[in-house]
Amino acid sequence: MKKLSVDHLLGIKYLNEDDLHLIFETADHFKEVINRQIKKVPSLRDITIANLFFENSTRTKLSFELAEKRLSADVINFSASQSSISKGETLIDTVNNILAMKVDVVVMRHPTPGAALFLSKNVEACIINAGDGTHEHPSQALLDVYSIREKFGELRGKKIAIVGDILHPRVALSNIFALKKLGAEVRLCAPKSLLPKHIKTLGVTTSTDLMQTLKWCDAANMLRVQNERMDLSYFPSTREYSQLYGLNKKKLESLKKEIIILHPGPINRGVEITSDVADSKNAIILNQVENGVAIRMAIIYLLVAKLNISDT
Amino acid sequence: MELTDRMSTKILLSTKKIEVIINRLACQLIEKHRDLSNVVLVGLQPRGIFLLDRLVLLLETDYGIDKIVFGKLDITFFRDDFRRFDKTLAASSSEMDVTIEDKSVVIIDDVLFTGRSIRAALTALDTYGRPCDIQLLVLVDRRFSRDLPIQPDYIGVQVDALQGDRVKVEWKAENQQDVVYIEKK
Repeated sequence: MKKLSVDHLLGIKYLNEDDLHLIFETADHFKEVINRQIKKVPSLRDITIANLFFENSTRTKLSFELAEKRLSADVINFSASQSSISKGETLIDTVNNILAMKVDVVVMRHPTPGAALFLSKNVEACIINAGDGTHEHPSQALLDVYSIREKFGELRGKKIAIVGDILHPRVALSNIFALKKLGAEVRLCAPKSLLPKHIKTLGVTTSTDLMQTLKWCDAANMLRVQNERMDLSYFPSTREYSQLYGLNKKKLESLKKEIIILHPGPINRGVEITSDVADSKNAIILNQVENGVAIRMAIIYLLVAKLNISDT
Repeated sequence: MELTDRMSTKILLSTKKIEVIINRLACQLIEKHRDLSNVVLVGLQPRGIFLLDRLVLLLETDYGIDKIVFGKLDITFFRDDFRRFDKTLAASSSEMDVTIEDKSVVIIDDVLFTGRSIRAALTALDTYGRPCDIQLLVLVDRRFSRDLPIQPDYIGVQVDALQGDRVKVEWKAENQQDVVYIEKK
């Protein structure tokens, strides 16, 4: 069987197309597993995984933890608020202390871009990036693209819109890399103030017109406005943003075609999308959550498969 | 290249013999379970499913048994050799839209060697319910090579092969002919 070309999951940027297909095919099998009455397999019974969350997270952390437990791994959780970071400990020291307890895999979310890459070069463990600042969020992109693939079968030639906060873009960036590697067309739609200047160099088109973008696309990923990362006001008011860039039932119906709606969560209902859209049949938001567990099981399984027991 | 031309390859069973054996195995299943109404046949991925398909076809067409309940089970995530080899263990799809609660399960595989796949299958079956009993049907039983105390209930043929030899089964469904052969090391 093919192997992943990487030893860590630091970003989609480092994966090739074969890796993406391998992850998706493995996730197909895990999706079947998690729909059984007994949803657990014993593959990782001798593996310990540390979830290090230096930044708040609810669904990613839960999803990773569930994926790890469904694979029978031992799991330890760590969040910044309870840690010695506040006492001045460095990241490498923190992680090495945890690794001294014989941890095989580290899943880390960190507010600093590049933190996962930095860690992978400095500690002896398999690193999975669960979001590093505004840089990448690979597992989210994989589950987004997997969910689109599930609907369309094939990504090549499909038109995917990413709408919303592209300036604080870890989900957007990882999505762009994954979609482009699989041959999809990508258009970003946001107010000019939330579109990074050189984003077109990634091979995407941009637009500031939501209706035009929706008419063009087969699927729209409605990103959350990341208020917590905004040190400035990038648009005059939330009300104006929702009127211009929020998706409601009326806009959706006026398209006269079916498109699928994704949202990485948590939803600001009434801002990026209204409740009637979020709960409509077009939205695959809950499929994304279910697929998130299967995708994370696949990522962990494939990375751990490379930790050969004779080498340890 | 014909199989017979291969160096150190010996044919154990020809298409005709395999046909006779599958017929006998089907009859043995009927002798034991009559109309198979309380039986779930479970073919193991990736190779056991060919034998399962053939048995189901035979039972339905030649013996008029309809509504045979069967599934295809992948055991990859239950194997005990994960991380023991350079190769990543490749999963196949499980198609188990059946309940095995209180049923007689017959596990079907092509070759029984060390018994480790069957042990993994027994664990994997736990996730689908508590059967009343589990039996094992194999086309080829490699004798004296078991790592675990596992023995088949229905045997196509028994073969004595050395540890490094490989016993392989090819099926019409994938390769135009049914044949069992042994590759000497």
